[in-house]
Amino acid sequence: MDWLTTVDHKKIGILYLIAGGLFFGIGGIEAILIRLQLIKPMNDLVSAQVFNELITMHGTTMIFLGVMPVIFALMNAVVPLQIGARDVAFPFLNSLGFWTFLFGGLLLNLSWIMGGAPDAGWTSYTPLSTTEYSSTHGVDFYTIGLQIAGLGTLIGGINFLATIITMRAPGMSFMRMPMFTWTSFITSAMILFAFPAITVGLVLLSFDRLLGANFFDVAAGGSPVLWQHIFWIFGHPEVYILILPAFGIISEVIPTFSRKRLFGYSSMVFATILIAFLGFMVWAHHMFTTGLGPVANALFAIATMLIAVPTGIKIFNWLFTMWGGQIRFTSANLFAIGFVPTFVMGGVTGVMLASAPADFQFHDTYFVVAHFHYVIVGGLVFGLFSGLHYWWPKMFGRMLNETLGKWTFWTFAIGFHLTFFVQHFLGLLGMQRRIVSYLPNQNFDTLNFISTIGAILMGVGVLLFLANVVMTARKPSGVANDPWEDGRTLEWSIPSPPPEYNFKQIPLVRGLDAFWKEKMAGNKEMTPSEPLGPIHMPSPSILPFVMSLGLFIAGLGFMFSTEEFSNSFMSLIFNKYIVMIVGLVITFAAMIARSVFDDHGYHIETEELEGEGKA
Amino acid sequence: MMKRWQAVKRLLPLMAMFALVLSGCGREDLSVLRPQGPVAQGQLDLIKLSISIMIVVMVVVFGIAAYVLVKFRKKKGQDKIPEQVEGNHKLEIIWTAIPLLLVLVLAIPTIQKVFAYGENDWNDPDAVKVEVTSHQFWWEFNYPDYGVKTAQELVIPVGKKIAFQLKTNDVLHSFWVPSLGGKMDTNTEGSVNYMTLIADKADTYIGKCAELCGPSHGFMEFRVKAVDDATFENWVAAFKAPAVLPEDPALAEKFKTNCLSCHAVGDQGGAMGPNLTGMGSRETVASILLNDISGEPGSKPTKDNLVEWLSEPQAVKPGNTMPNPKDLGFTDQEIEQIADYLANYKLDY
Ligand code: HEM
Ligand SMILES: [Cu+2]
Repeated sequence: MDWLTTVDHKKIGILYLIAGGLFFGIGGIEAILIRLQLIKPMNDLVSAQVFNELITMHGTTMIFLGVMPVIFALMNAVVPLQIGARDVAFPFLNSLGFWTFLFGGLLLNLSWIMGGAPDAGWTSYTPLSTTEYSSTHGVDFYTIGLQIAGLGTLIGGINFLATIITMRAPGMSFMRMPMFTWTSFITSAMILFAFPAITVGLVLLSFDRLLGANFFDVAAGGSPVLWQHIFWIFGHPEVYILILPAFGIISEVIPTFSRKRLFGYSSMVFATILIAFLGFMVWAHHMFTTGLGPVANALFAIATMLIAVPTGIKIFNWLFTMWGGQIRFTSANLFAIGFVPTFVMGGVTGVMLASAPADFQFHDTYFVVAHFHYVIVGGLVFGLFSGLHYWWPKMFGRMLNETLGKWTFWTFAIGFHLTFFVQHFLGLLGMQRRIVSYLPNQNFDTLNFISTIGAILMGVGVLLFLANVVMTARKPSGVANDPWEDGRTLEWSIPSPPPEYNFKQIPLVRGLDAFWKEKMAGNKEMTPSEPLGPIHMPSPSILPFVMSLGLFIAGLGFMFSTEEFSNSFMSLIFNKYIVMIVGLVITFAAMIARSVFDDHGYHIETEELEGEGKA
Repeated sequence: MMKRWQAVKRLLPLMAMFALVLSGCGREDLSVLRPQGPVAQGQLDLIKLSISIMIVVMVVVFGIAAYVLVKFRKKKGQDKIPEQVEGNHKLEIIWTAIPLLLVLVLAIPTIQKVFAYGENDWNDPDAVKVEVTSHQFWWEFNYPDYGVKTAQELVIPVGKKIAFQLKTNDVLHSFWVPSLGGKMDTNTEGSVNYMTLIADKADTYIGKCAELCGPSHGFMEFRVKAVDDATFENWVAAFKAPAVLPEDPALAEKFKTNCLSCHAVGDQGGAMGPNLTGMGSRETVASILLNDISGEPGSKPTKDNLVEWLSEPQAVKPGNTMPNPKDLGFTDQEIEQIADYLANYKLDY
C-alpha cells in the first residue's frame, strides 16, 4: 500500500526499476524466441503470424517499456540528489507519470492474452497497420497502450525539466551541473518536443482504425508516407532520448573511477545540446528508400553525418578523462569502458547508413538490425548496467557483488558481440530483416546460428545480474555515504540510502563536482546553505494510481467499442461506450478530488532531524 | 597480459571484417558484396569508402583506448590524487576538425551518387520499361512496350537500362535485387517510385521484398533473369503465343472456371493473381519452393512443388490470398493433373 501511494522520488525510482525490469524481461524472452526461430533455415518453432507479433512486441516493448523506465528510474534516483534538492518539483505528478506509464505498458502486453498482439512492426507502417490488413485488436493495443504510456513519459519529462530548472541548490549554476543531470535535462526537453508528435500519430491511427477516419487511406485522400514522417519525427529523436542519459552515466562513472574530473566539461555540454538539436533534423534518413527524391535524400544524409562530430567530441573527451588517471576496473566501470568501443562501432555504421545511396543496400536488412542494436544495446544497455552498478549502493544501501558483476559484464559483452557483429554480414549477404525464416544455402545458416548462441549467452548475463540483485537484497543495508570513495557529486555526500528528505540542510555548491571540491578542501561534509529547520514534505496519495487505472479502463473501452460480442451485456457496455465513460469518470473524479481537497503535506520537525543525526 | 589480449580481441573482428569485405563473399546472385551491375558496383564502392574511413576511426579510437587502459590503470599504493585537468582547447579543436574533414570526404561522393541514382529514366527511349506492382505476397511485372505481363520472374536484356516504375496494390513492399542495386519502396498510388538498374552479365539473380508486409513477408522473393537481346525477344514472342490449356477438356473447363478467374495464361484469364504462362520454365513455385531447373541444392521437380502448393497454399505462404483448390472442389487426382499440366507448360526461348 505504501508503494501505491508514495510520492517520494526515490521510491518511484525503484518502482520504475521494477517495472522496467519486468518489461525488459518480457522483451528479452521475445528476443530469445525470435533468435531461436532463426537458428536454422526454414525452422518452424513459431508461426509466421506469431513471429511478426514477436518482432513487433519485442521492438515496442524494448524501446517504450524496457529501457525508458530504467532511464527514468535512474533519473528519479539520482537527479534530485545531484542538484541538492529534497524532491522533484511536482511529486504528485511524478507518481502520476509512473502509474500512467505502467498501466499503458500493461495494456499493451495484455494483447498477448486477449487475442492477438500487434503485428505490423514497432514502426506500424500503414496500410499494414490498418484494420484492412491487421484485423485483430493488436494494433489497437499498440495505439492506445502507447498513448497512455506516452502520457506518463511526457509527464515525467516535464517534471524533470521543472525540477532541474527550479530546484538546484544555491551555487549550482547550469555550468556546474553534473553531466548526468545535464543529459537528463536535455532528454526531458526532447521528450517534450518529440512525444506530442507520436501521440498525434497514434491518435490519428486509432481514429482510422476505430472511427473509420481516413488519414492514411489513399483511396480517400490520405497518405501512408504521412505516417512515416510523423512516426520518424518522433522516432529519431526518441533514440537520442534513450542514448543521452547513457552518455550522462558514462560521464559520471569514468571520472569517478579514474579519479579525474571530466575532460572538456563545457564541450561535453555543448556537444549534448548539438546532438539533441541535430537529432530532430534527421528523421528522414529512415526514409531514403521511400522515394523522397535526391534533394531531400542529400540534405538528410549530410545532416545525419554531422552528428558524428559532436559524438566524436564526447568519445575523445572520455578517453582523455582516463588519460593520466588511476583507473579502477569495477563492474560499473567495466560497463562504462565497454560502452566506448561498442558505441563507436554502432556510431560508425550509423555514418555508413547515412550515405543514402549505400543505404539503398543497407536499409531494412540485418545490417541495420546490427547497427541499432550496437547503439541501443551496446550503448544504452551497457550504460544502464553501468549506472545500476554504480548507483545501486546509493539507491539501496547495499553494494552489488563485484565478482558476479564482472561475470555479468563478460558474459553479456561477449554474448552481445557474438549476436550482433555477425549480423552486419548477414545484411550485406542479402538477408532482409523481419523475416520469419530463410531458405538454406544462401550463406545465412552459420551466421544465424552464431547469432542465436550469442543471444542465449546475453540471456545468461542478464540472469547473473538478477542473481546478484537477489543475493544483494538479503544483505543488511547501510553502506557508507561515499562507498566508491571517489564520489564527486552531491549524491555521495548524504547517507545510503538517503533519508526521505535527502538533505537535512540544503548544501552550498562552490564549484563543479561540488562534493569532490569539499573533500579536497579537507571537509567531510558539504557546507550547508541554510540553518537547520523543519522540512516540508508532500503527503502520499492514491489518486495517481486511480487516475491511471481510469485511463486504462477507458482505453480498453474505446478499443473494443466496435467489437461484436456474442454476449449481449458485453455488447451493451462496450458498444455504447459505457466502459469507456466509466473509465473517464474515474479519472476525472480523481482529478476533481485532487483539486478540491487541499493537502498541505506535513513537516518533519527540527528535533526529529537532530535525533536522527545522532543515531 | 589480460589487457593486451583485450586490445587484440578488439582488433580481431576488424581485421576479419576487412578481409571479408575485400575478398567479396556470399552468393554472386544475391550478395551486396558481389555486384553484377553498375548501380550495385557504385553502391559497393561507396560502402567500401565509408568502411575504410570508419575503420581508420575505429583503429585510432581503439588504439587510444587500449593505451589508456593499460597505461593508467590504478597501481598498488598509488594514493596521490591525479591532476584534475580541465580540458585542452587545442586537442578539442583537433577532434572536432578531423571528423568534419572525414565527413566531407564521404559526403561528396554520397551527394554525387544520390543524384546519379535519383535519375528518372522512364522516358529514356533506350530503356526497357517495367512496371512493378507488388502484392501480398507476389510480384507482377508489366512491360508496357511489349504487351507482356508476367509474375515472379522478371526477364531482362543484359546491358540495357531497365527503368522500373514501382507501386503496390495493397500494403507497402520494397523491391530489392542486392547484386544489381539497392532497394526502393513500392508505395501506394500517388507516390509511385522510379529506379534504374542494369545487369552486366547473363545470369539469374535473387530478388527480395524488404519491407515488412505481413506473415509471408520473408517468403516474398522473386528472380531476375538477365538474358541476351535475342533471347529476350524470343521470350517476349513465346510469352505472347496463344495460351496452352490442359488437354483433357473437362479439366480444361475446371481450370478455366476456377483458376483463370484470378490467374492468366497467355491471352486468357484475369490479373488478380500471378500470371501462370510458362510455369514449367520457372525456377520456383511461389518463390520459395525451388524447382530443379534452378539447379539449387535441395530443389525438387516442378511438378512436386506445384502439388505441394496446390494441396495447401497456406502451409507454404501463410496469409496469402489464394483459395485452397481443395475448397474449390479439386480432388487430389485433379491437383496432380493440373500440376502436371503446368509443369509441362514451358516457354521456348
Ligand atoms: C536480449 C538481447 C536482444 C536480442 C537477442 C535482440 C534480437 C532482436 C532480433 C532478432 C530482432 C528482429 C530483427 C528483425 O527481423 O526485424 C530484433 C528487433 C528489434 N530489437 Fe532487439 N534484441 C535484443 C535487445 C533489444 C533491446 C534492448 C532493444 C531496445 C532497447 C531492442 C530493440 C529492437 C528493435 C527496435 C527491433 C525492431 C523491431 C521491429 O522490427 O519492429 N532489442 N531484436
Ligand atoms: Cu513484402
